Amino acid sequence: MEAQAVHIPDNEQYRELKKFIEASRGVPGPLIQVLHRAQKIFGYLPLEVQHFVARELNVPLAKVFGVVTFYNFFRMDPVGDHIVNLCLGTACHVKGGSEIGKALEKELGIKVGGTTADRFYTLSTARCFGACGLAPVLMLDEEVHGRLNPQKAVQILRELRAQVQAAAVETNKEEK
Amino acid sequence: MSIYRTHILLPIDEGTVLAGVFEVKRRLENELKTRKLDKEIKVLESGTVGLVGKGVILTVYPDRMYYFQVKENDVARIIDEHLLKGRVVAGLAHAPVADMATAATAEKSAKVGLTREQRRVVLDKTWTVDPQNINEVLAAGGYRALEKILGDSLSPEQVIEEVKKSGLRGRGGAGFPTGMKWEFTRKAQSSAGRTATGTEKYIICNADEGEPGTFKDRLILEGDPHKLIEAMTIAAYAIGAGRGYVYIRGEYELSIERMQAAIDQAREFNLLGANILETDFSFDLQIKKGAGAYVCGEETALIESLEGKRGNPRVKPPYPVSHGLWQKPTAVNNVETLANIPAIISNGAGWFRNIGTDKCPGTKVFTILGHVEYPGLIETDMGTSLREIIFSFGGGIKGGKKFKAALLGGAAGVFLPEPLLDVKMDFESLKENKAVLGSGAVLVMNEDTSIVDMLFSIAKFFAHESCGQCSPCRIGTQQILQIIYRIRQGKGLPGDPETMLNLAETMFKSSLCPLGQSLIMPIKSALEHFPEEFKVNNNNEVNP
Repeated sequence: MEAQAVHIPDNEQYRELKKFIEASRGVPGPLIQVLHRAQKIFGYLPLEVQHFVARELNVPLAKVFGVVTFYNFFRMDPVGDHIVNLCLGTACHVKGGSEIGKALEKELGIKVGGTTADRFYTLSTARCFGACGLAPVLMLDEEVHGRLNPQKAVQILRELRAQVQAAAVETNKEEK
Repeated sequence: MSIYRTHILLPIDEGTVLAGVFEVKRRLENELKTRKLDKEIKVLESGTVGLVGKGVILTVYPDRMYYFQVKENDVARIIDEHLLKGRVVAGLAHAPVADMATAATAEKSAKVGLTREQRRVVLDKTWTVDPQNINEVLAAGGYRALEKILGDSLSPEQVIEEVKKSGLRGRGGAGFPTGMKWEFTRKAQSSAGRTATGTEKYIICNADEGEPGTFKDRLILEGDPHKLIEAMTIAAYAIGAGRGYVYIRGEYELSIERMQAAIDQAREFNLLGANILETDFSFDLQIKKGAGAYVCGEETALIESLEGKRGNPRVKPPYPVSHGLWQKPTAVNNVETLANIPAIISNGAGWFRNIGTDKCPGTKVFTILGHVEYPGLIETDMGTSLREIIFSFGGGIKGGKKFKAALLGGAAGVFLPEPLLDVKMDFESLKENKAVLGSGAVLVMNEDTSIVDMLFSIAKFFAHESCGQCSPCRIGTQQILQIIYRIRQGKGLPGDPETMLNLAETMFKSSLCPLGQSLIMPIKSALEHFPEEFKVNNNNEVNP
């Protein structure tokens, strides 16, 4: 696939990324930092974005793809509105982390790595957050929840969904 | 600047945030304001105390008194009783702050677990100083070592000599003498054949802390980022580098934020940048965010990642000290290693050598986890026994259960059984017992834990994190995972344990980096100390 052949839409997101790339010209080895920014802007790194990064940084697409697939942090699929990241480090494992994983898979009806049909939750796992004193832990978006058991973990997910739904109902009422 | 009669410190870490420290802080500030005490009493955020599971912790200075499990509703009582009347609030869990000066000799009972006396060199300021305020850091002695070097015009060679004399060894796991690393980097020839100087050399701080069960570096980054800046500046001066990088895990959002704030402040105070403290010496520092790959904790993989590439480890030699970042001489030091430097420069190598053991001077930060009463983080002398760490600092096994094993050093670690509890925790003594210090993680398992299950979790981790560059590691980790999976399922085949060990040995001999080389450690120690759990009988069944 020729990088040039892909049509890149001219929109706010790409303009923002382009600005960041322009600012990092002259800095050696910017690829990873650029991808960090791109994922922040787009939420994930579809091939189209990778084409754009490759073209702008003048590196082969294969190199961009290689870096994206190497690191855990980068994603090539869109994710849900909220990301559940369950820790599977040894400290969490010894405190029953995998039981929580099973409970969450059952609750959400998806496997680890999947996203719910309504794109509300993405279930993901991580090695270690460095919050081992609170084991077992999960991170819901940016927030760490510790000392969990399966029931508690499921409860946390239900609560967030209920909150969001309640807020949506409120806005609907106001609009009416 | 106004003077306050009392300071209240609230350590901020994941545990206290979870317990509602910010709500307590807000309430405190409001109450103090309504009582017009806000000009007398100051509320500050500090780094962690290293104590987990004690809820919100509140320390009153100069009274040196802790309160634990503080709830919003306790705030009024603490103000009325303690801050106004000077009485300790009865009915709230509390303990006096241990006297640091006598820490070495005092052998008092461990009433509050992790807050029993600890000698703190690395973590001396993490819980008494607001890391986000450089004035406080300066008042507490921060940057004094840098001032000593630049003010007294110590030569780079003198600095290296001092670090060499101190006997400081790398705290990242390998235990390589830091002074020697610096000397190699200083003397390294550039490609043109002359000694490389200035911008042609680099100092890198390895803050890609990814070993499961380890969070010591995070707490240093968040609790005392200025110490790292000072140490890296000293290192840069010693090796002759003009630029440095702190490579921090992408997941450590708060660490990145605090480190960046500290760098900005240091620049403002001319402690970083051009002509530091009005001398000829210039040095600047930049944060690079990692993207989640365990293997990047290996120094050459980290360098590849810094260059914006996949983090595949390089073939060594040549070593980074001569061919590092952009093939230039580079010193890569762990966070904890660097955090020792200012104290060594300020107090001298002799002082440092008096702590710890002869071959491993200094202190070590340990993270105590798993089935213990007080999980958390401690700093104590090198050579402290494992028993003391688990039973004195960690408060023993939770719920009156029996001790079964400790996994030392994270996933790339070693299982130690009960008879080895008295082993001294330093590089040399552990080596004699075929164990490793690693990152200082101590994962404690009680009698109900299955070693096979633990090993399965470790094997899964390695299979996932193998970068795939060396075939023995890429394929070996998968094969070992399959074998341990079937043993765990009770479907192990005769000869499985031996095959597993054989594979791990091959990986050890033929992998490029410590990732592939270290899976043998947990496997070998598990088989050696807990062979009964791996018994496979001829009916393809595991004995219970």
